[in-house]
Amino acid sequence: MMSLYSRRVVRNKVWLSLSVGAAGFGLLWLVLILSTLVWNGIAGLSLSVFTEMTPPPGSAGGLLNPIVGSLIMTLIAVAIGTPIGMLAGTYMAEYGRYDRITYAIRIINDILLSAPSIIVGLFIYEILVVTMGHFSGFAGAVSLAVIVIPVVVRTTEDMLLLVPNQMREAASALGAPQWFVISRVAYRGAQAGMVTGVLLAVARISGETAPLLFTALNNQFWGVNLNAPMPSLPVVIFQFALSPYEDWQRLAWTGALIITVAVLSLSILARVLLSKGVER
Amino acid sequence: MNSIAVRATADDIPITREKLSIRGLSFFYGDSKALHGINLKLHERQVSALIGPSGCGKSTLLRILNRIYALYPNQRAEGEVLLDGENILRPDQDVNFLRAKVGMVFQKPTPFPMSIYENIAFGVRLYENLSRAEMDDRVEHALTKAALWEEAKDRLGTSALGLSGGQQQRLCIARTIAVKPEVILLDEPTSALDPISTAKVEDLIDELKRDFTIVIVTHNMQQAARVADRTAFLYLGNLIEEGPTSMMFNNPKDRRTLDYITGRFG
Repeated sequence: MMSLYSRRVVRNKVWLSLSVGAAGFGLLWLVLILSTLVWNGIAGLSLSVFTEMTPPPGSAGGLLNPIVGSLIMTLIAVAIGTPIGMLAGTYMAEYGRYDRITYAIRIINDILLSAPSIIVGLFIYEILVVTMGHFSGFAGAVSLAVIVIPVVVRTTEDMLLLVPNQMREAASALGAPQWFVISRVAYRGAQAGMVTGVLLAVARISGETAPLLFTALNNQFWGVNLNAPMPSLPVVIFQFALSPYEDWQRLAWTGALIITVAVLSLSILARVLLSKGVER
Repeated sequence: MNSIAVRATADDIPITREKLSIRGLSFFYGDSKALHGINLKLHERQVSALIGPSGCGKSTLLRILNRIYALYPNQRAEGEVLLDGENILRPDQDVNFLRAKVGMVFQKPTPFPMSIYENIAFGVRLYENLSRAEMDDRVEHALTKAALWEEAKDRLGTSALGLSGGQQQRLCIARTIAVKPEVILLDEPTSALDPISTAKVEDLIDELKRDFTIVIVTHNMQQAARVADRTAFLYLGNLIEEGPTSMMFNNPKDRRTLDYITGRFG
């Protein structure tokens, strides 16, 4: 009796320490990465980072043009991807919930969700960059939109499925047509989660480098022309970090810190919104 | 023989015309048949109760009367349901319009995540274009009818989710009344409520039958005895017996009805 119990206690201690050890090991690297990032990033942080263009090696400068480029492309990507994603998610959760095609779309969407982003970049390169004949901010935005869509589809569908069917029945029982039930009742129940999905998509694309390398490329200078190559933070970080110049490397660290802080704030905002939505 | 107090005797039931006439009605969930050729008449300004053990098809029958079942694939009804002589199972029947005429209150309170006022205005706006003042009147009228006005009048703009369960259910009844339906279907409306809220809703049903045709599904035989003028007993998808509530509870013709109301099964 007693030996069975004490054996169980020992086994519990072994597994507990293994679990704690694994968690600690994972966290250790995260802390190391983040502290290195903060340490190196803060050193280069100054007002000029936000007011000056990317410099040639050896002279002073900032990250204004890639920051603006990233903002523009992210905004357009969200503007393209959100309506498409939400409409598709709405179809899957509401109109076609029991259709066979919904199952097919869901599987394909899940594949797209975890597809390597470099493939998205190559795809847009083939259909936009090659046909247009040059790299452009627009192509960059479209490739980011392709990444946004599956994230938004997934969260929209999931959040709508969480809205109890009783709600839909209750609204239908008052004589409401289906589009009215969806727009006034289902969306209202799911809105916090749907907004969270968009924020998560933004967080996802803010760090994407591969699709932009093939589409927006980069630009040393100020430019908001969507028909021309456009700089972005991830691509500038990629380029500067690989360069042999110390001042470029410092700017790369600072850029990485800016992205990390931006993504962190978005994630926190998303979590706050989601928990509010659940409380209601 | 049994101790259930029946409120109405057969003589008390108002003589009214037929509102709903169910003829040879069968219902299928996919391949399984849930109702077998039901024939039943429901009268205007009366409360009709559908009783029977779990799975007997009473909720299924209720859900045909406003065609809410049509929200789901693989569910279909065969036969006829005449509302004022018109078959509502016709394929060309506008289901949204039908549901505005045949309202429904569900087992669990289902307030929409919006203000009390908006919950009631929601259905009204679908079919009527009212001015702000007219809408205010309609909301007050519906809440008064549902015995919720006194409790809700000072918080019309606050979320309906802040109401208690009993209040939420009365709000759902108010929401249904506000659309001015002709028939109200109640699907076990008090099974999620405490005894005091249940009593309030039952009083309400008594009030409402002056204006509406009411069909109530209930698990609770005392409730059927208290509120219903006529009662129908379903068992395994068949209508076993139907008649004035007093007769059903005091002198049922069928052995199975007697067994059920005396608690021998179900």
